[in-house]
Amino acid sequence: MLKRKELRQESVNRRIVWEKPFFLGVLIVVEKPLLIVNNIEVTYEHVIKVLKAVSLVVPEGGMVALLGANGAGKSTTLKAISNLLKAERGEVTKGTIEFDGMRIDLMDPAKVVKRGVIQIMEDRRLFEHLTVERDLLTGAYTRRREKAAVKQDLEMVYHYFPGLRGRRNTKTGYISGGEKQMVAIGRALMARPKLMLLDEPSVGLAPLLVREIFDIVGTLNREQKVTILLAEQNVAMALQIAGYGFVMENGRVVLDGDSQTLKDNEDIKEFYLGLTDIGKKSYRDVKRYKRRKRWVA
Amino acid sequence: MLFFLEVILSGLLAGVMYSLVAIGFVLILKASGVFNFAQGAMVLFAALTFVCLLEKAIPFWAAFFITLAVMIVLAVAIERIVLRPLVAKPPIILFMATIGLAFFLEGLGQGIWGADVHGLNIGIPDDPFEWLMNKGILISQFDLVAAFIAAILVTVLVLFFHKTATGTALMAVSDDPEAAQSVGISLRWIWVITWSISGFVALVAGIMWGTRLGVQYSLSLIVLKALPVLILGGFESIAGAIIAGLIIGASEKLADVYIGPYVGGGLENFFPYFLAMVFLCFRPYGLFGREAIERV
Repeated sequence: MLKRKELRQESVNRRIVWEKPFFLGVLIVVEKPLLIVNNIEVTYEHVIKVLKAVSLVVPEGGMVALLGANGAGKSTTLKAISNLLKAERGEVTKGTIEFDGMRIDLMDPAKVVKRGVIQIMEDRRLFEHLTVERDLLTGAYTRRREKAAVKQDLEMVYHYFPGLRGRRNTKTGYISGGEKQMVAIGRALMARPKLMLLDEPSVGLAPLLVREIFDIVGTLNREQKVTILLAEQNVAMALQIAGYGFVMENGRVVLDGDSQTLKDNEDIKEFYLGLTDIGKKSYRDVKRYKRRKRWVA
Repeated sequence: MLFFLEVILSGLLAGVMYSLVAIGFVLILKASGVFNFAQGAMVLFAALTFVCLLEKAIPFWAAFFITLAVMIVLAVAIERIVLRPLVAKPPIILFMATIGLAFFLEGLGQGIWGADVHGLNIGIPDDPFEWLMNKGILISQFDLVAAFIAAILVTVLVLFFHKTATGTALMAVSDDPEAAQSVGISLRWIWVITWSISGFVALVAGIMWGTRLGVQYSLSLIVLKALPVLILGGFESIAGAIIAGLIIGASEKLADVYIGPYVGGGLENFFPYFLAMVFLCFRPYGLFGREAIERV
């Protein structure tokens, strides 16, 4: 294993510009990469390989979507970045993850949070026996010595989610699904993160609420300069707010491009957005898609 | 009437002693989700270390803090050697590990300090409290002091859990360890803290019980008395442990005095278990245990 100093040196050398011909031969140049996931492979229980050669890059201040169906590997990718895989007996067996010029794939999850990466897990995962306010405060655990700043941030969270103020003394086990998602996002905000990994915020929410949550996420991205990596099944919604997207299938990234390109992509239109102007499709076309998928991967 | 009062009071005070032991269980169960079978062994180990230091003519407070330090070192070692390699394993495996730990601690304590029975005298007489005696109630001074100490201990613990960031983190971990990790709470650190606190509680309980019964191997069996307290109060509530301790203490004395004569006596020893069984039938999560919150 490399010593920490060497790790830093290594990443500084490769820092300046991330330049790599991605899938489909598109050359991506990101001026200021905040997060670089380089060719990672994730194995659960030492035998089950779930991610195969996943690479992605998130620019500083950007909003990037990670799209795909159930079981495509979105959550696993996020957990690999935030280093929460160990709790599920998974590990990154190949590749590297760099954040802000430093490798984080071998770090303790608490240290990863301290460096500015926070994950909002699927299904909110609140501490249901804590009140809303104390739940929010757990997000500031890594900054527990900066009392004044934490208090200020609590006000900031109530500013973005005014509905939570009235619920501050209610146990989070008793609040509604939309409020839970707001607490989850607010809690992450309390850590003052540079990068937020948002896992399926839309799951189980009414469309109107999904819209509201996504709007707030967009606002946070703009106003608080939080970089966001958003894993979503709701492709249409995600591509509306994200600037760039990676599409995952079967533990691989099969497609990527800026939102407009993805929205215009025939496969995306058909398989994720449910749009098609050709009417009925023949089996051959589906086969072509499958073949291409294999080829790209 | 006075006699009734005396029975109840002495029962409540005995109950406090049960609560002291039960709290140690609750703490660890809350933080690492494991029923710590080694709690009794920790009580024995702490008391044994403490009493042997006293016998080496080390002053009371010095001995107390040295023992406390030993318990903290023990907590760090347990986290490093037992808990860390078993992370994300099913609770039953951790439980088995604590059984192993119990045997190890009993052996270690007696290996270092010997298996003799040590008398422990901390300078509080086990005599009736005079002010109450004049009113016709016989209550031991020692019991009163023990109750007072327990009250302070519990107040400190409750304040710690509800007013500090670390306490909040502990509650978070007991709700959802993975989510706690995702917000940057280090599980290892939390484990070290809870095992240390529970070591501290074991030390206090060990001193109290050691004074009463003498420090010897059977001290590790007081966990058997804590069990009905836990079932009654709920395994995850400190307040529950206190109140259940009081209920158990008072009810076993009352049952022994008032029902005992009709059934041939000896009720005190099994009444708590009977009560626990009734609770298991009708309210398995105890008085204050966490009923799963479910929104309908």
